[in-house]
Amino acid sequence: MKRALRIAAQLALYLPLMALIGYFSARPQFRQIGDGEALVRLSLIHAAQRKQACRDRTPEELAKLAANMRAPQDCPRERADVLVELELDGRVVLRRTLAPSGLKRDGQAALYHRFTVPAGRHRFVVRLRDRAEGDFNYAADKVIELAPGAALVIDFAATKGGFVFRG
Amino acid sequence: MFSAVKNNLGALGFLLFWFLAASGITLYIRFDTSVQGAYESIGALEWWFGGILRSMHRYAADAFVLVVLVHLARELAAGRFRRFRAFSWISGLPALWLMYASGAVGYWLVWDARAQFSALATAEWIDALPLVGGSIARNFLAAEAVADRLFSLFVFLHIGLPLALLAAMWVHVQRLGQARSTAPAPLAYATLFMLLALALVLPVESHQKWDPLRIPALVDIDWFLMFAHPLMYATSPQALWLIAGGATLALAALPWISRGSAPVAARVDPDNCNGCGRCIADCPFDAIVLSESNKARVIADRCASCGICAGACPSSTPFRSARELVSGIDLPDLSVQDLRRRLQAALPAEEIVFSCEKAQAGGIALRCLAMLPPSFVEYALRHGAGRVRAVGCPSECAYRLGLELAEERFAGRREPHLRCNVQVARCGDDYAFTLR
Repeated sequence: MKRALRIAAQLALYLPLMALIGYFSARPQFRQIGDGEALVRLSLIHAAQRKQACRDRTPEELAKLAANMRAPQDCPRERADVLVELELDGRVVLRRTLAPSGLKRDGQAALYHRFTVPAGRHRFVVRLRDRAEGDFNYAADKVIELAPGAALVIDFAATKGGFVFRG
Repeated sequence: MFSAVKNNLGALGFLLFWFLAASGITLYIRFDTSVQGAYESIGALEWWFGGILRSMHRYAADAFVLVVLVHLARELAAGRFRRFRAFSWISGLPALWLMYASGAVGYWLVWDARAQFSALATAEWIDALPLVGGSIARNFLAAEAVADRLFSLFVFLHIGLPLALLAAMWVHVQRLGQARSTAPAPLAYATLFMLLALALVLPVESHQKWDPLRIPALVDIDWFLMFAHPLMYATSPQALWLIAGGATLALAALPWISRGSAPVAARVDPDNCNGCGRCIADCPFDAIVLSESNKARVIADRCASCGICAGACPSSTPFRSARELVSGIDLPDLSVQDLRRRLQAALPAEEIVFSCEKAQAGGIALRCLAMLPPSFVEYALRHGAGRVRAVGCPSECAYRLGLELAEERFAGRREPHLRCNVQVARCGDDYAFTLR
C-alpha cells in the first residue's frame, strides 16, 4: 500500500512536466501573418552583365605575357551591380543595389525580401537593371488578386524573359 | 523523485537520446523519403503503433531539450564551469547547437505547413550570413524547386546531425570519472511512461501539406525547438545571429572570465604508490592516469583538489607506524598526515566528527567526505573515541561522486572498505560508527 502510494505520488510529480511539454510543444500558436493578409517574397539570384566588354590585346601586350597566357582578348571578370526596384500600387517599396558575389565581384547577385500586404487586388511593378549604365532593362507590370493567406513569389529568370510571378 | 531527476539530468539526456534513436529508426522504416510521399507516409501510420511512436518521438525530443536546458542552467547556477570542469562545459556548447539542428530538421521531414515555416525561417536565417547571400531560401519558394534530392539531404541531416550530437555527448563526458550515462531504472520507466501517456492524451498531428502558394496565418510551433524562429521575425536574422553567437561566445568565455583561484593539485609520492589504480577509478574528473612506471600521475589542470584520491589510497592508513605519514597520493595543503595529527590531538574523546567542509558540522573538516580513508574511523575508535561520526555535505556533492564513494566504502562494497568490526548506522549522509 505504502509502495503504491509512493509510486502514485511520484507519477503525480510527473504531471506538471507532462503538462509543460505537452503545452509548449504546440502552443501558443505563432502568427506568421495577420488575418486578411498575404505574403509577398521577392527573390532573385542573377549574374549581371560584365562591367567592361572584352577587348583585343595589342601585339605588344601579348608579347609581355608568358607564352601560355597569351589569350588574344582581355575580358575583365567584374560584373555590374544589379539594381532592383519594386513598386506596389504606385509606390516604390523597395529599391536596392545588389553587389555581385565573389572576391573578384564576378558572381551572382542575390536578393530575398519578404513583406506582407493586405489581401486583395494589387499592382506590382518590378524593374531590374543588370548593366553598368543605362535604364532598367527588365520590367514587369502585373495586377494580382491575393487571397488571405496567399504567398506570392516574384522571381527572376533572364532565360525566361525576366520576372516570373508565382502565386 | 525530484531529487532523482535533479541528480540524473545528464543520464536522462542519454536515455532520451537513445529512445529518440530507437524510435526514429523504427519510424524511418515506414517513411517515404520523397517530396510526394513523405507527408502521406506519416499520415498513413496507424494510431496504435506508428502514431503513438511518432508522438513519443516528438515529445522525447522536447523532453531532451528541456532536460539539457535545465542541466545547463543548473551547472551555470552552481558555477560548475571553471577550471577542471571547463572541458565539459565548453564541449557541451557544440552539443547544444547540434541538438537544435537535429530537432529542427526532424520537423522538416513531415513536410507540412510547420515544416515549411521552419525550413524557410532557417533558410532565411542562414541566408543572412555574409557569404551565403539569399540563395538557400529559394529552395523552398516553389514546388518545382523542391526535389527528392533535397529530401535525401534532410534525411542525411536528420541521421548525420544526431550522430554528430552523440559524438559531442561522448566528448562531453570524457573528463568525468564514472559519468552517469544510464538513468536509474525507476526514473527511466517513469520517463518513458510519461512519454507514452502524453502520446495517448495529446497525439501529434501534422498540419496541412506543404504548399508554397499558401501560408497559414497561425502555425503550431514547438517552442522547445523552434523558439528562435519567432525571435528572428520579432527582430531580424542578423539580430538572431548576434544573440545566438553572442550567447554561445559568452558561455564559452565563462571559464576564463570567472576562473577563481586555482586549487592545489594532488601530488603523488612514487615511493608510496604501488600503482593499484584505486585513485584512478575514484577520481571524479579523470585527473589521474597510470604512468609508464606503473605509478599514478596527476594531471594538474584537471585536479579539483577534492582529496578523494587520498581517501582511496591504501597507503592512507593512520595505523602505519611511520612518524611522518606519507600517502601514495595526497593533497599538499590538507594531507593525510595533517588528518592523523588533528585526530590524535582530539583523542581521547566521547565523539569524533569528520565532516565535509561544506556541511559545516564541526569536528575535523575534510575537503570531501570521500577524502576520509575508512581506516581513520577504526583508528579513532581503537584510540579512545566513544563513537565516530562522518557527515557529508547537505545537498549534492561538490565533487560529483564523494557521497556515493563514501557510502560504498563504509558499506564494504568498495576498496578501501571499513572493516567488519565497525558497526555503521546511517541517517542520510550522516554516519555513526561504533566498535562491535
